[in-house]
Amino acid sequence: MSFQLSYRAAPGNPWFSWQYVRDNSDTILAALREHASLTARAVLIAALVALPLAVAAYWFRSLAGPIVALTGVLYTVPSLALFAFLAPYLGIGAVTVLSVVVLYALLVIVRNALAGLAQVPPEIREAAEGMGYGRWGRLFRVELPLALPGILTGVRLATVSTVALVTVGVVVGRGGLGQLIFAGFQNNFYKAQIMTGTVLCVLLALVLDLILLGAGRLLMPWLRARSSS
Amino acid sequence: MNPVGQAVLWLNDPLNWTNPGGVLDRLGEHLTMSAAAVLLGCLVAWPLGLWLGHTGRGGGLVVLVSNVTLAVPTLALLTILPLTFLGFGRPAVVVALAVFAVPPLLANAYTGVRQVDPEARDAARGMGLSGGQVLRRVELPLAVPYLAAGFRTAAVQVIATAALASFVDGGGLGQIIRAGFGLDIAAGGGQIIAGGVLVAGLAVLAEGVLALVERVVTPRALRPAVRPAQRRAADATAGN
Repeated sequence: MSFQLSYRAAPGNPWFSWQYVRDNSDTILAALREHASLTARAVLIAALVALPLAVAAYWFRSLAGPIVALTGVLYTVPSLALFAFLAPYLGIGAVTVLSVVVLYALLVIVRNALAGLAQVPPEIREAAEGMGYGRWGRLFRVELPLALPGILTGVRLATVSTVALVTVGVVVGRGGLGQLIFAGFQNNFYKAQIMTGTVLCVLLALVLDLILLGAGRLLMPWLRARSSS
Repeated sequence: MNPVGQAVLWLNDPLNWTNPGGVLDRLGEHLTMSAAAVLLGCLVAWPLGLWLGHTGRGGGLVVLVSNVTLAVPTLALLTILPLTFLGFGRPAVVVALAVFAVPPLLANAYTGVRQVDPEARDAARGMGLSGGQVLRRVELPLAVPYLAAGFRTAAVQVIATAALASFVDGGGLGQIIRAGFGLDIAAGGGQIIAGGVLVAGLAVLAEGVLALVERVVTPRALRPAVRPAQRRAADATAGN
């Protein structure tokens, strides 16, 4: 992606300029689109991998300790270091960025999903068993629905932090809006461009979070009833 | 030669450690700016968190602060702050890092005071202690496990984030990785991985050492409370 920037900007390097936004709307939209698509793909992949992992850790208690410990250690590893480990093998590009952010999102979702599953009351599990549910029926009809708030919290946290994390992708040239921010810094500290990138980043995180919150309300009508009563 | 072999080679070259801008220089920069940032974060977040917890107000503010900082990219703060009155150089980087240290410190100081047994607070009141004395002599000591857990989370996070200071040439170990990327991936692959090992190693080491510190500063009577404190700290700042 190349950034053709127009410097007919307002004089005096202001923090925000409509002129800049108008003149570079194509570039800005391209960066926003890349950022949003990287985030959406990352969270989707992470959720698809994390849920089976969390269920495995829930079913086989002996797996829970190692999985939680491993996610803890991986979480301590700084994102730039993770880029450093993966880039020489995956090359410079979107695949590297996607791998790193998927890994972080995965950790957050696994931990929260596991916490959500672990707090399903044992009595409910026994009642489900007594009603004749098998392992899978119990999982899909009883345990996962009850763990849904925890899972959703994990997905929301993962989404918001992924939006912020994608910007680190500038190190391999694919940072979405981070690219905008970084280019603004390098091109004579162009404040309007840095600010536009930042504001869009925060707005993107906010919008995605609200969408997930709304989806959660639709998926879990029983929680809505409880909070309003 | 594969990148890992190159990385071992790079790490084995003594000049890469002792040269100006070598590993030792960068490590020093990394640690001094992390320490300054954590110190600054503590100075701001602890008094505020303790006071908010003491008065029982501002729980919403604490949550808001952690949510907002979660959404703001580190890169944005690192590039914006040098353009403000802080000017280019170390102070701007330290302030940017400190901003990310505040949420865990604040949230833990707040919950640390809030979780104090109300009966202990009442008893202290009944003994004639004033509000300030209750905070200093009762709530603060009982909040120590939480403060320690928050300190550990914040410090590890700052050390991890400090690697990104290299984007604005702020120094630190991240600079080694950035320089490696600057060399092109085929030539710099070894250096990139070596830098990654150093950055990750430092973060994991800091985590281990601070876990030990956390155990030591927690009075024995409060130790059983350490586990829930950690869990709550993780909840408060999950997604860092």
